[in-house]
Amino acid sequence: MSLLEIRNLCVDFETVSGSFRAVDGVDLDIRETDILSIVGESGSGKSVSMLAVMGLLPWTAKITADKMEFEGHNLLTISNKARRNIIGRDIAMIFQEPMSSLNPCFTVGFQIAETLKQHLHLDRKARRKRTIELLDLVGIPAPEERIRAFPHQLSGGMCQRIMIAMAIACYPKLLIADEPTTALDVTIQAQIIDLLVNLQNETGMALVLITHDMGVVAETAKRVIVMYAGQQVEQQEVEGLFNSPRHPYTNALLNALPERSLDLDRLPTIEGVVPGAGDRPDGCLFSPRCKFVQDDCRANIPPLKSTGVNALRCFHPVDPGNLGI
Amino acid sequence: MFSFVIRRVALLIPIFFGVTLVSFGFIRMLPGDPVAALAGERDMTPERHAEMMARLGLDKPAWEQYFDYVWKLLHGDFGTSVLTNRPVLDEFLELFPATLELGMAAMLLAIIIGLPIGIFAAIKRGTIYDQGIMGLSLIGYSMPIFWWGLLLIILFGGIWGLTPISGRISYLFDVETVTGFLLIDTLLSGEEGAFASAVHHMILPTIVLGTIPLAIIARQTRSAMLEVLSEDYVRTARAKGLSPLRVYGLHALRNAMITVITVIGLQVGTLMAGAILTETIFSWPGIGKWIIFSVFSRDYYAVQGGLVLIAMIIMSVNLVVDLLYGLINPRIMHTNS
Repeated sequence: MSLLEIRNLCVDFETVSGSFRAVDGVDLDIRETDILSIVGESGSGKSVSMLAVMGLLPWTAKITADKMEFEGHNLLTISNKARRNIIGRDIAMIFQEPMSSLNPCFTVGFQIAETLKQHLHLDRKARRKRTIELLDLVGIPAPEERIRAFPHQLSGGMCQRIMIAMAIACYPKLLIADEPTTALDVTIQAQIIDLLVNLQNETGMALVLITHDMGVVAETAKRVIVMYAGQQVEQQEVEGLFNSPRHPYTNALLNALPERSLDLDRLPTIEGVVPGAGDRPDGCLFSPRCKFVQDDCRANIPPLKSTGVNALRCFHPVDPGNLGI
Repeated sequence: MFSFVIRRVALLIPIFFGVTLVSFGFIRMLPGDPVAALAGERDMTPERHAEMMARLGLDKPAWEQYFDYVWKLLHGDFGTSVLTNRPVLDEFLELFPATLELGMAAMLLAIIIGLPIGIFAAIKRGTIYDQGIMGLSLIGYSMPIFWWGLLLIILFGGIWGLTPISGRISYLFDVETVTGFLLIDTLLSGEEGAFASAVHHMILPTIVLGTIPLAIIARQTRSAMLEVLSEDYVRTARAKGLSPLRVYGLHALRNAMITVITVIGLQVGTLMAGAILTETIFSWPGIGKWIIFSVFSRDYYAVQGGLVLIAMIIMSVNLVVDLLYGLINPRIMHTNS
């Protein structure tokens, strides 16, 4: 059974210049112990769709979906109070900027213990014990002393470990990591990703990893969703995606990886920019930048076709034999 | 922490000398002098005038007078009132509780109402509630105190007859002064109805004096909260599943308070300035009214002593506020030690 099941999720933002669709028809199934990666450029709707699940979008956002369920709870109609019982406990999330995601006015120990008090109702002593245990678990040295530290006394990597400790405090079933390594040094990035994968192995929680780093995807994910301009364009198992990408956008993204173009003079790029609110094409959103574009792509919007775990939004998928390099 | 305090205190020294210079200079720039003010309409020979001035020490060159003044201040002598021949400090301490009592009531009103409505406006940003609160606070902020006071006196005291319009307590009561705080003294005296009368007399002056600080606190709280509400850590707090009360009231407010505390501290100066007008309008026997009276009677020593005392109070409050920052925001304390 799916832990999280989403069908046709759309998020619209009301702006002064009219409504803007940030997420457009996303389907998602996350099973227990899954590791799903969502990749895409900035503004492709990766974070927004997950924030919609958490109910953390501002009130200017209008969320619609045919279905958005977590363990049988309908997240579209759930009361705020009932949602607060789920988020932070069963679904936890960590964010891109660890330094600014922690409250500067409270010690890290307080901030972790607060979650324990809210959801597990532990007493003071038990909270302290579990907090130290958690800090140890995420690899923070001298946890007994660190619980009294304020966020500004810790490095970015340390702060992200604290965020992870806070997120896994109540044994979540699903952890959403929204670009957890983007703001960190390269050496620290690997440590944090390793930590997340190890924790996932030990606890068996499902993990959603939002990233734009293909290297991270290849190393960690089991399944990958590729997003473009708010739409889900492709979904595959990780091996399949890297070996035989079907959507021209995925293909172009992979071709742009430096390690794949060692024998070329220039790094391949994708010409053009992601369409904004005002210049959305009529047909396929990728059609203006697509190498394989044909007339029907410009006229009609391709539907998202699912076959098993795979899904694809394209009229003329890339032939696995001809990757267009 | 210790060096932080020392540096703050050291900063007060130049301010202290600035205040002495200003209070000494400005009162002497006014036409007239204490002797002429005392004599009033009566004729006085120039010889008699000069003799009186000499007796007060006002015949000496200005620099010598200033030097005397500062020298005495440094020895804890705030001078002697020309008018009453009593030490300025004694007069000040006798009247200060009345001002403090009114000031604290006004501040309490401003904080109790200003803080919550500022938070509420920030949470309801852009809605009619927000616009309503901000509109009203702009009106409150722009209201001239004397006009606002007279308006309330006409409405509440005159037309509706709901409140007294002057003084601290009804003349029916004769309450013995113990602390100088009438609300406490009336309770101690045990006289029936005295406390109620004192509270009743405080209502209008408190509203008049508290209006501007209230408006400023509401506006500053709103803008500080708006800034904080878009911070990542507020999202983190919500992602933990915390109640709105905890997200706004603890995680956001604690950070917003850093700016709000500054503003509240600065209001002490506004309160002192407001007290001068409010006390005059409501015949409130505090230092505001006393300073005004001393200026009118050109009581140089009372004015220069009184202003320095007021300045010292404001400086101490600001010092306390600076120290409070450190308690609220750990980053300040750590970068300074």
